[in-house]
Amino acid sequence: MTESGTTAHRDEQAIIRISGLVTRFGANVIHDGLDLTVRPREVIGIVGASGSGKSVLLRAIIGLIRPAAGRIEVFGRDIRALDARERQALRQRWAMLFQDGALFSSLTVAQNIEVPLIEHTRIPPPLRRELAALKVALAGLPPEAAHKYPAELSGGMRKRAGLARALALDPEILFLDEPTAGLDPIGAARFDALIAELRRTLALTVVMVTHDLDSLYAICDRVAVLIDKRVKVGTIESLLREPDPWIREYFLGPRGRAARQAAARARGEHANEG
Amino acid sequence: MYRVLSRIEEAVAGEVSSASTPSAFPPASLVVSVPGPRRMSGPGPRDPPRFAVTRAGADATLKLTGAWTTQNLTAAVAAPERAVPSDAVRVRVDISGLTALDTAGAWLVTRTLRHLRKAGHAVELVGSGAAAASLIETVARSDVPVPPPPPPDNPLVAIVVRIGRASVFIAREARDLINFLGLTVIVLGRLGLRPWRLRFTALVSHMERAGLNALPIVGLIAFLIGVVLAYQGADQLARFGAQIFTVNLVGIGVLREMGILLTAIMVAGRSGSAFTAQIGTMAVNEEIDAMRTIGLDPMEVLVAPRVIALVLVMPLLTFYADLMGLLGGAVMATAVLDISFVRFARQLSEAVTMWSFWVGIIKAPLFGFIIAMIGCYEGLKVARNAESVGRQTTRAVVEAVFLVIVLDALFSILFSVLGI
Repeated sequence: MTESGTTAHRDEQAIIRISGLVTRFGANVIHDGLDLTVRPREVIGIVGASGSGKSVLLRAIIGLIRPAAGRIEVFGRDIRALDARERQALRQRWAMLFQDGALFSSLTVAQNIEVPLIEHTRIPPPLRRELAALKVALAGLPPEAAHKYPAELSGGMRKRAGLARALALDPEILFLDEPTAGLDPIGAARFDALIAELRRTLALTVVMVTHDLDSLYAICDRVAVLIDKRVKVGTIESLLREPDPWIREYFLGPRGRAARQAAARARGEHANEG
Repeated sequence: MYRVLSRIEEAVAGEVSSASTPSAFPPASLVVSVPGPRRMSGPGPRDPPRFAVTRAGADATLKLTGAWTTQNLTAAVAAPERAVPSDAVRVRVDISGLTALDTAGAWLVTRTLRHLRKAGHAVELVGSGAAAASLIETVARSDVPVPPPPPPDNPLVAIVVRIGRASVFIAREARDLINFLGLTVIVLGRLGLRPWRLRFTALVSHMERAGLNALPIVGLIAFLIGVVLAYQGADQLARFGAQIFTVNLVGIGVLREMGILLTAIMVAGRSGSAFTAQIGTMAVNEEIDAMRTIGLDPMEVLVAPRVIALVLVMPLLTFYADLMGLLGGAVMATAVLDISFVRFARQLSEAVTMWSFWVGIIKAPLFGFIIAMIGCYEGLKVARNAESVGRQTTRAVVEAVFLVIVLDALFSILFSVLGI
């Protein structure tokens, strides 16, 4: 076991613990001995250059991709050692928001949200419909959006509808794949605020792949940077002390600096209000 | 059931929870116990949600216990407010006994409070910890009235509406198809004037895919139809001792109708649908818009090569299908009727004229044109979602086959008027 692996194991507070993860497509190695620990109720952002395997990492955690080697523990259980029933039970404790919502296009938003409820719970239909409406409201959608089809919604609304469906079963972990990509800055900021709010009220653990520096500063507790097929994890401040040129350019480039100033300003205003 | 529960508990003096109700009553009706999907870890959210009502004079207490989570909620606990006696003045909803609460449970609590207030009780929520209180507050804030789903129409009205919609749709579709026919003809005319603008690579590729690659299946089907025609014909004609006329039946049937119709139906199913799916996927992917932006005309780049390819390939395929159909008939005639190949050929040359052959072949380019045009038209009409690709593809095949058969009928009438 690598040294970082042992440190990961000393950290008792872990809702997801990845050690020695290797994934590859053919001869193309994506991750090589990657270790990552996610703590309960934190928001962790996964960043990295295009093609560095951010989405692959997410997909490996939720079991859409089978890793070549390594161990992925979620809620203290190795996900590769689960039988079909346990895996099914595990799936109800996490949820993923795909990039464009991945809503079922033949169903209305409310019906989309009801799909997991019908499949996995015994909630009676009237209550189920109310719950669907509740999730619509929690995701910040107007009530009338419930009866619309995904094709009738804007990109931002589709994302919120996808989030509402992800929240249907009250997951403990929420995976987000580029939640703010394709949203205008105002929509993106609102979506960030929504995630932060939901994390607070629903006690969620959030793992998000993102390219949005503003999101990183605004809502992420820690950031995992994918570099050289592994990750470097820490708060943004601690990552800034890393000598790695990519990390420095990422956070200290013109966009990174702008995001940082914006975040500092927001914090200042927040302090004044408080 | 809830009323029963509350009455029982009023009878039993003092604090009685549903868990400790007398066992004289079937427990299933009192204790809501659902072995919901098992959670793998975490603080026992598996214990079932329950509620119980206790009375003390004008006051009633609704006590919720257990894990009120999405996984555990059932119809049995969906309306705790019904268990509260209606003459109670003050109702305390006590949630201190909850072991777990999520948004679904919090919603149910909120809803219960609202219903109780509406029923005229003075309601008080007690025993909520900080986490539960914040969750309930969040949920209550999201408690906005939802417009009900649009009610299903009166079935009679719905039928009329559907018929009306379908009629308008068909009329529009016909108009748009005629429009598209015009556009296609214009593009083909333009290409006729400037043939170097035709994409030859695409043309050859489509000819290969729609023509060459279709040879095995078209040949097999035509052969089998020849066999079937010969066999059925022989069966009937043998009653008059006129087996030899089976050859006439096969010859006329295959050359005039069967060869071309089967080929057209196969090509509509194979290539017409493929055109729609290809162009439709491009439309979903915004490739069509990109083309227009770059200044490429999708009619010229996508539609023209496909239409020309099918127009060229259909007669060849039909000719091939004719041959295979006759071969099937001949094989059958030899095997069952003892008509040798030579006799078959001699009889055939007497039975069919050159026109029998041409009647079939003449229709081929036209059918090819129709199939390719409808395939491309439906493909370009695909909206930006996955479902639409499937819908348009189905529509393309149905419309192409329909039009081919309608045209075939018209041709039959025309030829009979002309006396061919």
